Amino acid sequence: MAEAAGEVPRAAGGPAGWISILIPAAIFVWLVQFVPAIASGEVILWAYDWVPSLDIRLSVILDGLSLTFALLISGIGALVTLYSARYLGNHPEYPRFVLYLMAFMFGMLGLVLADNLIALFVFWEVTTISSYLLIGFNSDEAKSRRSALQALLVTGTGGLALLAGIIMLGNVAGSFELSVILSQGDMIRAHPLYAPIVILFLAGAFTKSAQFPFHFWLPNAMAAPTPVSAYLHSATMVKAGVFLMARMNPAIGGTDLWFWTLTIAGGFTAVFASILAMRQTDIKQVLAYTTLMALGTLTLFIGAGTSDAIKAMMLFLVVHSLYKAALFLMIGIVDHATGTREAEVLRGLGRKMPVTAVAAVVAAVSMAGIPPLVGFIGKEFLYKAGLELDQGMFWVTGAAFAASALMFAVAGIVALRPFFGKLAETPKPAHEGPVMMLTGPLVLAGLSLYFGLFPDTIEAWLVAPGTWAVYGDPTVSVDLYLFREVNAAFILSLVTFATGAVIYAIHRPLRNWLGRVFEANPIKFDPGWDQVLDGLKALAAWQTRHLQSGVLQRYLFTVFATLGVAVGLTIWARDALAFDLDLSSELDGLLFKHWAVLIFVAAGSILTALTSSRMTAIVCLGVVGIGVALIFIMFSAPDVAITQLLVETLVVVLVAVAMLKLPHLDLPGRRDKRPWHGVLSIGVGVVSSAVLIAVMQGDIDRRLTDYFEITSWPEAYGRNIVNVILVDFRALDTFGEIAVVVVAALAAYALLRGTHYKKPVAAKEDEA
Amino acid sequence: MELLISVMVGVMIATGTYLMLARNVLRFIFGLILISNAANLMIFVAGRLTPESPPLIPDGADVPPDIVANALPQALVLTAIVIGFGLFAFALTLVYRGYQSMGTLMSDEMRLAEPEEDRQ
Repeated sequence: MAEAAGEVPRAAGGPAGWISILIPAAIFVWLVQFVPAIASGEVILWAYDWVPSLDIRLSVILDGLSLTFALLISGIGALVTLYSARYLGNHPEYPRFVLYLMAFMFGMLGLVLADNLIALFVFWEVTTISSYLLIGFNSDEAKSRRSALQALLVTGTGGLALLAGIIMLGNVAGSFELSVILSQGDMIRAHPLYAPIVILFLAGAFTKSAQFPFHFWLPNAMAAPTPVSAYLHSATMVKAGVFLMARMNPAIGGTDLWFWTLTIAGGFTAVFASILAMRQTDIKQVLAYTTLMALGTLTLFIGAGTSDAIKAMMLFLVVHSLYKAALFLMIGIVDHATGTREAEVLRGLGRKMPVTAVAAVVAAVSMAGIPPLVGFIGKEFLYKAGLELDQGMFWVTGAAFAASALMFAVAGIVALRPFFGKLAETPKPAHEGPVMMLTGPLVLAGLSLYFGLFPDTIEAWLVAPGTWAVYGDPTVSVDLYLFREVNAAFILSLVTFATGAVIYAIHRPLRNWLGRVFEANPIKFDPGWDQVLDGLKALAAWQTRHLQSGVLQRYLFTVFATLGVAVGLTIWARDALAFDLDLSSELDGLLFKHWAVLIFVAAGSILTALTSSRMTAIVCLGVVGIGVALIFIMFSAPDVAITQLLVETLVVVLVAVAMLKLPHLDLPGRRDKRPWHGVLSIGVGVVSSAVLIAVMQGDIDRRLTDYFEITSWPEAYGRNIVNVILVDFRALDTFGEIAVVVVAALAAYALLRGTHYKKPVAAKEDEA
Repeated sequence: MELLISVMVGVMIATGTYLMLARNVLRFIFGLILISNAANLMIFVAGRLTPESPPLIPDGADVPPDIVANALPQALVLTAIVIGFGLFAFALTLVYRGYQSMGTLMSDEMRLAEPEEDRQ
């Protein structure tokens, strides 16, 4: 990749390149036409029945929130693909990369535009899977594969929780359509399932948006190529969780549970991530942690929930996407040009790379929140919303302040140090980046400046409609301005600059100190993740060892025990044996022949089980078989009895023949004694008897029998009803039965023929 | 009689289960024979016991007499006996062939496909 920089690239990455640039650009232009309608408060709905039987519709909701996201996705998408065509255009796998990126973009667009929660979930998973493929794009590196899998497992697990939450919410609201659900907020918040629904939705959102304690996967995901980091991990995918929370805010937001979960998790993530960002020396990693900070801030303000907080959240969402994507793309250019991303190495690049420096500085000034960039407005409104809160004012404002001050310092680290001062030695001689790669950062930085100078435009187009959608009230007025008066928020901004400047001045000793602190900290998330995975694998191995023992006896034991327990519990639970046993009437009609058969069969069975003599076993089996035949005769089943006698004779003959070639049942001096098997067997026997007795107590359904009795002669001209059933009414079954016997005979023949061949095991021994 | 036959079927199933749990696959076959007999009896008995009146239609009549044995379970059991025999015959051949190839009747020693050292 880096080597490819000097070569002549294929023109814009070939067809894959220009197609991938044109598609998002076209979508962006197409979406722009909706801006006036949405800005005037309209909500556009469109639907197509996908799976009507399950109430799954491919429906689209275009309001301020989804339009803002869709414009960011397609707009930044176009700039990123333009950048990638130059950055990766020579990569042998470039078309594959474009495919993944497009799949991701469509998934993301579907996710934000979906009006049906099931469809939203499907697109949610599309982004999870395509981001897995993108993070693991350099699949020959173990680190990439690990990071990709980690992101997949963390976000995938959250996705499952989200699915459960969606199904619950769908049942509560009676529909999966967002446009229906969002109007039922009061009913949903009062429902007993409200708390589980919130927890499941937040599990999905927090994993996707890397909120503490699921934050660890995002910095690792920076193993992806830089355009991917710029696109997925700053502007789009990680914001999917934020999007979900914002989208669901009118339906499930506004309670204490929602407020405290979001503000605590968001505030903690924001401050914690900013501190972690100070620790890094790799600028891409620094940016990764500041992305976490931004996600935390967005979560914090969704949780705060006032109309001002939502307004500030929507503004900061756009502000952050603009400057962060620009900075990611910038560090990609620097990496490309100099061969390093180390903050300690890069100095004074401004003279060699003036255009990159301009884009970087503008974006970083926006990030630092310095006027007249739009970042300043974003920060002002965060403070203003935080200071006006009734509950949690100090926590929300404090977290926003700490994160902003640290951001100010980080902006200095990523944009000030590398471009100013004396030019330092880099692995490759620094040179200005190509136009295709500079376009993205320049456009994004330009927008940051433009929106800062003319905040009315962003207010009318994106922030106001977005606020209406998230707050659930289209009457909220939004009025953005760069500067109007010296108020508390403005003073707090000045304090932020001062604090940030101090932190920047001492950031190198601070970094060393933080390094030592975190080195000493016993709780480490990333190695902890490995331990969780190892534990899971060990559990799977342990389980396989016990369930798949490879020993036939254990499998059969499990099968019989399951049978006995399941059927026994059912009988017990259903109270199926609740009747009086009338022994006297049972014994009255009993004749000697009945006694004899019963005793012979029972004794024969028991003796077969206990004997170690093969002859005794065969004889006993014969006795049992003939006893069963006698029962058939005594109770009016002559045909069955004849068949039984015939088969029984064959069984005894076959076993006797086979035994001529088989060894004794037990090894000399060994007896077959298995007390636990005995206990289980008696249990299974008792349960079987109980089932049969319970069946005999119930009424019998004779409808089929009656039908056969009435129609046997008039329709089938047979006087033996059993025979008529076999050869006429159920002739196909009988045909199947014959087929079974033929197949068994053929298979047995094939097996026996095989004995003439030389044994493979013996052949091996001969060679040895 | 129903109660006692039910108990007898239970005995057959218990002994059949015990035999099928054995290491020696020939005992397994014995257990199979017992359990298949017991299952046939179970179906038969569940259709109720009617002594000395087989389901036949006398000459000249269109329908059988009022009290006649249940024909349906008899037909089912007839099929089951034959299929049970097919299964038994194949299983016995398999045991025989297995002994020819592996020289043992103990199921846990038959490890041609999954040798012991391959398992962790």
